[in-house]
Amino acid sequence: MDLDPEDVFKDEEDDPDNEFFQQSESSKEYVVYLVDASPKMFNTTCPGKDQKDEIHFHVSISCIAESLKTQIICRSYDEVAICFFNTREKKNLQDLNGVFVFNVAEREQLDRPTARLIKEFDCIEESFMREIGSQYGIVPGSRENSLYNALWVAQALLRKGSIKTADKRILLFTNEDDPFGSLQGAAKADMTRTTLQRAKDIQDLGISIELLPLIRLDEEFNVSVLYSDLIGLDSEDLAQFIPSAGQKLEDMKDQLRKRMFTKRIIRRITFHIVKGLSIQLNTYALIRPTVPGAITWLDSVTNRPLKIERSLICEDTGSLIQEPPKRFQPYRNENVKFSMDEISEIKRISTGHLRLLGFKPLCCLKDYHNLRPSTFVYPSDQEVVGSSCIFIALHRSMLRLKRFAVAFYGGSSRPQLVALVARDEITTAGGQMEPPGMHMIYLPYSDDIRDAEEIFPDTEDDAPRADKDQIQKAAALIKRIEMKDFSVFQFANPALQRHYAVLQALALEEDDIPETIDETVPDEEGLARPAVVKAIEEFKLSVYGDNYDEENDHLGKEKVGGASRKRKEIAENAAKDYDWADLADNGQLKDLTVAALKTYLNAHDLPVTGKKEALISRILTHMGK
Amino acid sequence: MARNKEKLVLLLDVGPSMHGVLPEVEKVCSMLVEKKLIFNKDDEVGVVVFGTEETNNELMDEVGGYENIVVLQDIKVVDGDLIDILKKLPRGTVDGDFLDAIVVGMDMLIKKYKGIYKGKKRLCLITNAIHPTKDSLEGSKEDQVGTLAVQMTAQGMKMESIVVRGILSQDANKRIMDENDRLLSIFSKKTRSRTVYVDSPISLLGALKTRRVTPVTVFRGHLELSQQMKIKVWVYKKTQEEKFPTLKKYSEKAPSTSKFATHQVMVDYEYKSVDDSSTVVPPEQRIKGYRYGPQVVPISDAERDAVKFKPEKGVKLLGFTDASNIIRHYYMKDVYLFIAEPGNTRAILAVSAIARAMKEMNKVAILRCVWRQGQQNVVVGVLTPNISQNNKIPDSFYFNVLPFIEDVREYQFPSFNSFPASWLPNEQQQMAADEFVQMLNLAPSGKEEALLPEFTPNPVLERFYHHLELKSKQPDAAVPPLDETLKRITEPDLELDFENKSVLDSLCKHFELKENSKKSARRLLPEKPSGSNGEDGNGNVSDARAVDSIGQEPVVKIEKIGDLTPVQDFEVMMTRRDNPEWVGKAIREMRDKILSLLTNSHGGDNYLVAVECIIALRKGCILEQEPGPYNNLMRYLYRYCQEKEISTFPKLLASMDVTLISKSEAVDSNFTDDEARRFLDKIKPEPKD
Repeated sequence: MDLDPEDVFKDEEDDPDNEFFQQSESSKEYVVYLVDASPKMFNTTCPGKDQKDEIHFHVSISCIAESLKTQIICRSYDEVAICFFNTREKKNLQDLNGVFVFNVAEREQLDRPTARLIKEFDCIEESFMREIGSQYGIVPGSRENSLYNALWVAQALLRKGSIKTADKRILLFTNEDDPFGSLQGAAKADMTRTTLQRAKDIQDLGISIELLPLIRLDEEFNVSVLYSDLIGLDSEDLAQFIPSAGQKLEDMKDQLRKRMFTKRIIRRITFHIVKGLSIQLNTYALIRPTVPGAITWLDSVTNRPLKIERSLICEDTGSLIQEPPKRFQPYRNENVKFSMDEISEIKRISTGHLRLLGFKPLCCLKDYHNLRPSTFVYPSDQEVVGSSCIFIALHRSMLRLKRFAVAFYGGSSRPQLVALVARDEITTAGGQMEPPGMHMIYLPYSDDIRDAEEIFPDTEDDAPRADKDQIQKAAALIKRIEMKDFSVFQFANPALQRHYAVLQALALEEDDIPETIDETVPDEEGLARPAVVKAIEEFKLSVYGDNYDEENDHLGKEKVGGASRKRKEIAENAAKDYDWADLADNGQLKDLTVAALKTYLNAHDLPVTGKKEALISRILTHMGK
Repeated sequence: MARNKEKLVLLLDVGPSMHGVLPEVEKVCSMLVEKKLIFNKDDEVGVVVFGTEETNNELMDEVGGYENIVVLQDIKVVDGDLIDILKKLPRGTVDGDFLDAIVVGMDMLIKKYKGIYKGKKRLCLITNAIHPTKDSLEGSKEDQVGTLAVQMTAQGMKMESIVVRGILSQDANKRIMDENDRLLSIFSKKTRSRTVYVDSPISLLGALKTRRVTPVTVFRGHLELSQQMKIKVWVYKKTQEEKFPTLKKYSEKAPSTSKFATHQVMVDYEYKSVDDSSTVVPPEQRIKGYRYGPQVVPISDAERDAVKFKPEKGVKLLGFTDASNIIRHYYMKDVYLFIAEPGNTRAILAVSAIARAMKEMNKVAILRCVWRQGQQNVVVGVLTPNISQNNKIPDSFYFNVLPFIEDVREYQFPSFNSFPASWLPNEQQQMAADEFVQMLNLAPSGKEEALLPEFTPNPVLERFYHHLELKSKQPDAAVPPLDETLKRITEPDLELDFENKSVLDSLCKHFELKENSKKSARRLLPEKPSGSNGEDGNGNVSDARAVDSIGQEPVVKIEKIGDLTPVQDFEVMMTRRDNPEWVGKAIREMRDKILSLLTNSHGGDNYLVAVECIIALRKGCILEQEPGPYNNLMRYLYRYCQEKEISTFPKLLASMDVTLISKSEAVDSNFTDDEARRFLDKIKPEPKD
């Protein structure tokens, strides 16, 4: 009897609760880059950047190098292996001819990319001929089949990890559309058959094979000779294949350095709709500010990580406080003490659930009703069957009636009112743009909303309002400076991109920091177009009149420039009151007040933050003592 | 700072028609003073009530008239007594005249400060304004109000009127109400006054801004449409979360009687090497490390500063786009307000023109902002028009921060259409949902919008200040329950639910929920919100129990050997079949447990448990045919006991007949039956012991 023991003893809880959730995305990716190193890869070229011809091997290598540099930032937990075939030397676990697995020290063959891997791979081309060498692996009269061997090695590399948790891919770079072209008759048929069988076996294991063909200008890459069968292309896809593969190659090089997050439920919450009807929702963070990543404090001498120990010290007695201290608030001339339990009790004003309070028309949600990034909610039938059904019904009603739901979210950190805004799914050819579900928008309380616009009307006259003509001119201007297809996915964060570039340069000990482009600067060229300039000038004339520029400049300089210049002057004068060098030499700086110390710092454009000791040491450093 | 001090006179209507809402008035006014005691200790407040039986104010003494107005408290620096006064407002007996009260309030402010004080002077009127005001002796009421308004502006006073209406006030004479509204609107038009109408207790609590925050500009400078066209703007925060106050840590080390003790706590941080916790690294010697793949790359601040992104200060227009291109949920942060430079007529005109054109065309503007020089990053966001409804107030813009590409996580979710048909609502269910969404309307036409954020106070803060006040009187006061009025923010409005009972019932009828029997429901059910009434809660409890017992059926996953039932944990782990590694892990953990039991034993109290564990381990190792770990452990134990001269434990082992595992029990063993048994003899204490 052929019983799988895994199956017999399988824990009931391991059962995926239904087919549906089985499609959940894998969290990791294992990739084997399989690069053809045959002489043909070195002999043929294609036009690259700046109209210079680049040899195919170089194109493949630089593409992989760029891809690795992106990956180490975006998805550093993914694992890669780099493997050449049609090589002179061999290096692989199976000891197969014509296949060379490239690796560096302190790393397994299929492993997370390291700075060292990237660095050494960057200069692999210099040493390639010497150390690895290029040689056709498939020649008449020999039984060797380097393509078959390469696939086999790649498959063996990808043996690691379960297909359930990882997405496994082989990326094949080659410019040879007919690897068995030199063979004849039975030998060719036989090799083709075994190679295709190998590829099929690999795909049956759940590993996908992707082909990235390198194309010459004068010659076509005929996919249908072998590769369409090898990677399993339909006749329909065939026509599309070459252009999209070319695009893929470009995409690999120009990927954005963007840290990828795995889809994770932040919280499972109960949504209480009416008495006796509570459904289950999962919440997700679709939009959160991305920061340069967590900082690990290191000892600058040894570069070893540091741990932080916090201790509480009583200011009166200097003794260490072990137990979590109480808190106090000075009030009515005394200190009112609160224990932490009391504080959390005060904050607990509701069970930690989402309670529906009612619905409002969408126009009631004002632009200023916002405090934090929204949270996405999506139903789950995992624990309460029927949740999705109610959720979808409400979702559809809200979309149709243009309403949003107001609910109270009783989380422990800040219980507050939220707006649940339903969004329909939006898909484009590229995939899902907007997921279906509701967005939870955190609403402010009255104490959080300010009325700064109301503080200034101190005249008896009404505030000036633009007239028809002025509005028309503004409308014309708006038409001229229009961004037609603006989407929030348009701009990369320039500071973050810069940070990643710096990080890469330091990690790989590169001399130059790669250029990053600030995409957020205005389109000066577009704004300088005559039609735009004309619209702007007309609007300006209509609201400002003829002689505004002078007044504008006048006002500006007097008010802002004057004040700060004056302040600076005062500071400089004040700084002259002391003989700083003398004070510093005699260690008398500490006798001065902080304000006096700051005059020196101000006069020399130094930062004025920090405690008195910090100020003094900054002054001493500045004097070079 | 003196110029920031506020002088405030509260004018409170306590007439009979106001009695219903006076508890709320008391709450909101005392909260106002409570916050002032913490945040604006130097502010001065006076209290005037009107609609009282008695009369007590200076104007009556001086010129006569102004009856039924009592100055409860002259203007003085805020203190605790003021709260006590506000918490016990008198209940009046006559219908008050709010105009007279305003005059009394103004008179107090004028007399007290005689034009010397140029700071903020404010009147705060809370009334329902449903009773007629007295006719003035000369001219119409409008003229009289007009004169008052002029005087108010001349004295630099502001007025905030909160008019309680709707369900909170009884049916009143429409004509009088209209006349009063008209009079109040004159103030709004001619002075820096704000009149708000509220019709629920919640909004009454939220309508009065209890904390005065001096607005600070985030940015002053040009909004650059292009190189040639710039508009002078000031940028403020429109929303900013008022946080729970940060309470200082209290040290109880110093005697509470000590007068000089500060009771403050200093927080000290020490940085120690992970490898060697004895050396302390001075803070200057630290360096920041950033992850690059598996490695950490040290980057000093100086290095980073030298090469980091340094944008120039400025606010620049990138372009206009359709409002529909910006989806509401992409707003990232609290909201900013752009106003034209105050007093700069042309800038105001330019802002007004663009805002109105944007509104008409349904466009928004995309801006790139760097608020300060030296800011680390740029902010890209969307500017939306805010057309002013008040003639006094210029048009302005709201600005919301938008995410960068890196901030958007493109998770994929299954389309609802791909769900199995049984998960999708059928026609009747959809109708029930439609009706539900339609009927449970919080903003019905003709009524005030319920739970308007502008008028909804933060219940947590209210509770905190309430508790603070209680504690200042009685240090061990318990946390007060959430205010009944504020509870309505956190729970569905019973009245609304009652009105729509049929809709609610139909919804419940059409949708059926059941616990997923496969998944244990242990987590979900007990968490179910216990309803506001007892019955609901009880129902839940019994439910929860019923399901709990089912929920326990699936074998509990044990992933570690615990302290309570080590033997059972070990057995469960050994029988787990979902991963071959469990056996090895179980044996390893059991060995560690046995060793820790022995080494942590005081006077042999753990020995019995340890022997039980050893027996279990032996059994497990025989079952798995893995004699090695067990035998090695036993030999180690033997040496251990010899070295430490422990005799009781070997005795115990011998008495329980715990031998090594022999070849006949597990083939891999190196010991014959005889050898295994001899080990026991060896382990037996020597007679000389």
